[in-house]
Amino acid sequence: MARYIVRRLIQMVGVVLVLSVLLFAWLRSLPGGPVSALLGERATPETRAALEAELGLDQPLWMQYVKFLSRAASGNFGPSTGVLPGTDALKIFLDRLPATIELSLFAMIIAVALAIPLGYLAARRRGSALDTSSIVVSLIGVAVPVFFLAFLLKYVFAIELHWLPVSGRQSGGLDATRVTGFFVLDGLITREWDAALDALAHLVLPAVALATIPFAVIFRITRASVLEVLDEDYVRTAEAKGLTNRVIRGRHVLRNAMLPVVTTIGLQIGALLAGAVLTERVFSFGGIGEALALSFEQRDYAVLQVLILAAAAIYVLVNLIVDVLYAVIDPRVRTR
Amino acid sequence: MSTAASPPDRRHPTAPADGPAVHDPAAAGRSDATGPLLSVRNLTVRFRRQGEEDFVAVDDVSFDVRAGQTVGLVGESGCGKSVTSLAIMGLLPKRGNTVTGRVDFEGIDLLSLSPRQLRDRRGRDIAMIFQDPLSSLNPVVPIGVQVSEVIERHVGLSRAKARPQARELLSKVGIPDPDRRLSEYPHQLSGGMRQRALIAMALACRPRLLIADEPTTALDVTIQAQILALLKELVQDSGTALVMITHDLGVVAGLCDRVNVLYGGRIVERADRHELFATPRHPYTNGLLASIPRLDAPRGQRLSPVPGSVADNIPWDHACAFAPRCDRPVAACREVTPELVTDEAAPSAPGGLPRALRCHHPVEPGQESR
Repeated sequence: MARYIVRRLIQMVGVVLVLSVLLFAWLRSLPGGPVSALLGERATPETRAALEAELGLDQPLWMQYVKFLSRAASGNFGPSTGVLPGTDALKIFLDRLPATIELSLFAMIIAVALAIPLGYLAARRRGSALDTSSIVVSLIGVAVPVFFLAFLLKYVFAIELHWLPVSGRQSGGLDATRVTGFFVLDGLITREWDAALDALAHLVLPAVALATIPFAVIFRITRASVLEVLDEDYVRTAEAKGLTNRVIRGRHVLRNAMLPVVTTIGLQIGALLAGAVLTERVFSFGGIGEALALSFEQRDYAVLQVLILAAAAIYVLVNLIVDVLYAVIDPRVRTR
Repeated sequence: MSTAASPPDRRHPTAPADGPAVHDPAAAGRSDATGPLLSVRNLTVRFRRQGEEDFVAVDDVSFDVRAGQTVGLVGESGCGKSVTSLAIMGLLPKRGNTVTGRVDFEGIDLLSLSPRQLRDRRGRDIAMIFQDPLSSLNPVVPIGVQVSEVIERHVGLSRAKARPQARELLSKVGIPDPDRRLSEYPHQLSGGMRQRALIAMALACRPRLLIADEPTTALDVTIQAQILALLKELVQDSGTALVMITHDLGVVAGLCDRVNVLYGGRIVERADRHELFATPRHPYTNGLLASIPRLDAPRGQRLSPVPGSVADNIPWDHACAFAPRCDRPVAACREVTPELVTDEAAPSAPGGLPRALRCHHPVEPGQESR
């Protein structure tokens, strides 16, 4: 298993390297650029040339890439030009990472906690009202665009009803102590309960918006998978043994039905990053999703490179974890 | 209407007087000393079909199993034998079918029990083993857990206390190195080992009745013989009654005391094993016997299979369902539904159901096509 993990990690480095070449070329082929973003369209050619030279953009592309790579190897991804000019791009990423992890984790917990029990029940009571209505809800979940849903939730629950905060991660008046950058966790560690609760309240709407697609997908996979497992001979064997419903459900149905679900959850964690770009923007959440949107608007090459490469690395890493987890659940994978 | 009680209008010749072997009546537990352990009466299972008439999979089937006895349900695929066993166990799908009749086990009608009451009996009083050992075992749960969970459930032992018993069971069913096997998974065992493990699970709580649904069909021929020998030994030792569901009369010959031959969801012939092999009366039984390959047959002699196959919906209305495949049909076979007629002269069943036959033109002794 250890050798397998090492091999996969080496593969991951390869993936990120190849992606970095493509990304580097692609970003610079886009119309506009950091110079236009910073100076506007009316700048004189002289000032443009000066800034280009300062940012190193006057050099040939391959040289820019080699420079980028050699500096990146020592953890220096260059300074931001647009989001927070002058600040190290990696620092921007690391500062904003906890916000996105907190949001994604919360969204995933909501999605999984709802989708798996509901998927199981829908399969068990196939054709019932619960089954049909769950399918409709999950269909709406995938069909409604995330940004629309985010705006809708914000409008109804924050702006009209005032039940939940409109945006941000914490209310301005609170003087909360920062420890880890995960605001809810920080509040719990420092026993600042009001800060923890406030951070949680800020999480609810963006997390719900972000959870809809993973919920819908995980629900459908769970339902289909449970339906398939219920028809298996070993479930009949378990019934023939007179086992209790609890044991049949947990040990014989769900344990087998979870195999495809685990894979799906892994893929959905990757997809969460895409959803986070939209959700964080609507709720000004201050995570890497929002940073990605901002840096794109300003053609902040340094920040974009860090964020996209990191996102790719996270995606590969999550899928590696899923594969390892799969082997833990399914003994047939282990011995192969 | 009860076929078992219908008056005999045709006398069968007396068959060899060799009653069913009751191995150990004392092992029957709470079972009545004289009555049968399992008494199935007029069992009928209908499956609802969309836009079509119900499909009658099992039609008015009655048979008895006495404590310690081995009873065969014999027939081709689709004859209703597996559905019969699932109906007895209460394992048919919850929706889409209706089950009528009585299934008395130790005097209690299983069909009238609540799911919870039935659950308490399954695995403890009545156990079942299935056809395909690989698909019948949970692929992601160790063998040891799959054996001990039955003991945990019905005896109320903890996992740790049930484990030595599970180990004991595995060694009893002839699995070598049971300690290692306990923590292994089904895919790590051979086909024969898997079926042995399933038998261990079924016998874990010393049930009084075991239903085996084609337990050897998915196995190699050499393994088949081993598993049958094991089953025979185990039921004899423990006094467990066995309902053997099979299409293989070879299995019946080696194992069963009583035999019920099913065709199209109905019993067409019921007899003691020796009578059945000595004087098969129904043309279908006769055909099944003739289709068994024989080592003493002259070289070059062709096997004689029963022609055709069980039709999708077998018409017993105003005809004999077997008539289209029968080698000796008469006019009545296509006009009148044959009734199951008992032969009370046959001394075969002390206390059980007598020999019976459903045929207008039965095979006479000496006419067997063998």
